[in-house]
Amino acid sequence: MNPDPAKIHRRKQLSQRLVFALFTLMSAAIVLVLVVILGFIVVRGLPAINWGFLTKMPENGMTEGGIFPAIVGTFCLVLGSMIFAFPIGIMSGIYVNEYTNDGPVKRFMKTMTNNLAGIPSIVFGLFGMALFVNGLHFGDSILAGSLTLGLLVLPVVIRTTEESLKAIDNSFRIGSYALGATKLQTIRRVVLPMALPNIITGLILSIGRISGETAPILFTVAAYFLPKLPHSIFDQVMALPYHLYVISTSGTNIASSRKMAYGTALVLVLIVLALNLLANALRRYFGKKVKMN
Amino acid sequence: MKTGLQKFTEKFVEGLLFISGSITSLAVILIVLFLFKEGWGLFNETPVEKGSVIALNKSNPVQQLSAAQVKNIFDRKITNWSEVGGNNDSILIFSVNDITNFYSEAELGDSLQFVPQRISELMGKKSGIIAFLPTEYLAKNFEGRILPLKKITLKGFLKGKEWFPTAQPAAQLGILPLILGTLWVSLFAILIALPFGLATAIYIAEIADNRVGKILKPVIELLAGIPSVVYGFFGLIVIVPLVQRTFNLPVGETGLSGALVLAIMALPTIITISEDAIRNTPRAMKEASLALGATHWQTIYKVIIPYSISGISAATILGIGRAMGETMAVLMVTGNAAIIPHSILEPMRTIPATIAAELGESAHGGLHYKALFALGCVLFVMTLVINLTVDLISARKKYSK
Repeated sequence: MNPDPAKIHRRKQLSQRLVFALFTLMSAAIVLVLVVILGFIVVRGLPAINWGFLTKMPENGMTEGGIFPAIVGTFCLVLGSMIFAFPIGIMSGIYVNEYTNDGPVKRFMKTMTNNLAGIPSIVFGLFGMALFVNGLHFGDSILAGSLTLGLLVLPVVIRTTEESLKAIDNSFRIGSYALGATKLQTIRRVVLPMALPNIITGLILSIGRISGETAPILFTVAAYFLPKLPHSIFDQVMALPYHLYVISTSGTNIASSRKMAYGTALVLVLIVLALNLLANALRRYFGKKVKMN
Repeated sequence: MKTGLQKFTEKFVEGLLFISGSITSLAVILIVLFLFKEGWGLFNETPVEKGSVIALNKSNPVQQLSAAQVKNIFDRKITNWSEVGGNNDSILIFSVNDITNFYSEAELGDSLQFVPQRISELMGKKSGIIAFLPTEYLAKNFEGRILPLKKITLKGFLKGKEWFPTAQPAAQLGILPLILGTLWVSLFAILIALPFGLATAIYIAEIADNRVGKILKPVIELLAGIPSVVYGFFGLIVIVPLVQRTFNLPVGETGLSGALVLAIMALPTIITISEDAIRNTPRAMKEASLALGATHWQTIYKVIIPYSISGISAATILGIGRAMGETMAVLMVTGNAAIIPHSILEPMRTIPATIAAELGESAHGGLHYKALFALGCVLFVMTLVINLTVDLISARKKYSK
């Protein structure tokens, strides 16, 4: 006798419902992990943060005072690597997407960008130390650190630009050419303005990456304890992620600097959170604007 | 009409853009060059730091010793020369501080000016002696014989089981424990992350309605955005004690703690790439399966997953690559013991963590410094292999389409 088809159907439906419920739970678990991490750092970090914490020098073996020099240092590094990586990265993205055909040149450039993106951040640190710090004699400096971080973030900038340009329909380019515009004019007046919102959103997210990286700055710029502000690009600075590493693992008094560590972690998380929110807001804003046109 | 100036500008800008486009290639080449230049120097050296020598009595027939043999001799694990191919003669270990055991202060001179001579004399007298001496204590007509140590080889570097880069008199530069530590931690991380990542990717792409997907996307983006040092800090304060209590361990800084932290960090990579692959399944295939009476779940695991398996494997391998290269979080939670691991519940040390922890202390251009750059080369090669594999997998997928 054949089994009852309705029964088979019900069994299939049941197993589907079970599996889907499991998948939903597993996805929820990931959200939970994020909530726990963020919640933990916010709850423990919030009491540590006040005006003095953000604007004072660290005091008493980094167990009291503030993290002002680390904030300034991270700001300098972000700015420095932006100045280096953004123009070159955007130009590189334009070249790959607008000037090369599908051929060996494009494939080679893309492979190299992928390879650069796949190199571990600590290797960037080694390279930055060998070339910028020792080879070019920049010493441990903002310059060396910014260049190292800039190289690290370069593939992100290039890919963002490329993806944004790729999303622009070809008819816009052809229309522009038909009106007699040159290639450069087309890129400048038509393609780039249309791609800019997406590029900017990507760049904002990459700033978060720069401000949180530790391994590349370990040997190129970061100072363990330096309670003064930098005067030139050849000065060492403290940086937020390195500061967090130092006070949570090797500070003079780990137990009493815990509060400072929570505060520093919260500041780092807030930076990333703010940049993500900004990027999402921009996405929504530009998305609406493009649709209206 | 194009004017001459316009044409020039066009060409000029194109040139400029081309130069920018080449910068990643240049960067990769420079990184390889500098890494290997500094790292390769290691294999021309003997494991004794410059400025020191190991010396024997002239009658001693031993021609060469390896770093491990030297270590065992100075640790008194080898006590007779016959064990390393010499005469049946017990080994006498000598370092400069021991000189007062053999000579009186008068014999050494008021300002110790006779020390080199006395050492030389002693080296000539004692047949079983082995001495570790700074070069400034070598007298002009030194009566001992300076022993050349075996050069560090790539094979010894990769297969050596001990990592004591600053050990005296001979540095022990074996990176097998570090390679194994890296592999254990990252493979375990992926083992933990893969089920969750895959389930979430399927959930977002196939099961969830749009609204839920819109909540999950920023969550994943944020997970990817949190700095690794913050993960490390979280791991140090939450996961490490948790692991210690759960498994009742003496210390919580273990490979498992590192794997758990890395698993969270690898999730975004696995989810986004698998999700893309799943979404790329042609609608026609899905609908054909549903039309044949398969349920949605049957369609997912009989049609969609087999179709997107190359994308999913690319995501997995890429996740392993990310995990292998991760530095700070691992450095903070795995305990960093450079021993060959036997279980995931032991402290482990990965290659990136070793570089991060030790480079600051190593003298520029010294043996330790070169060894760390060589480690960087090994890490670079490991991640390069992973990237090329991923490229190969995704290229094949395009081809089969």
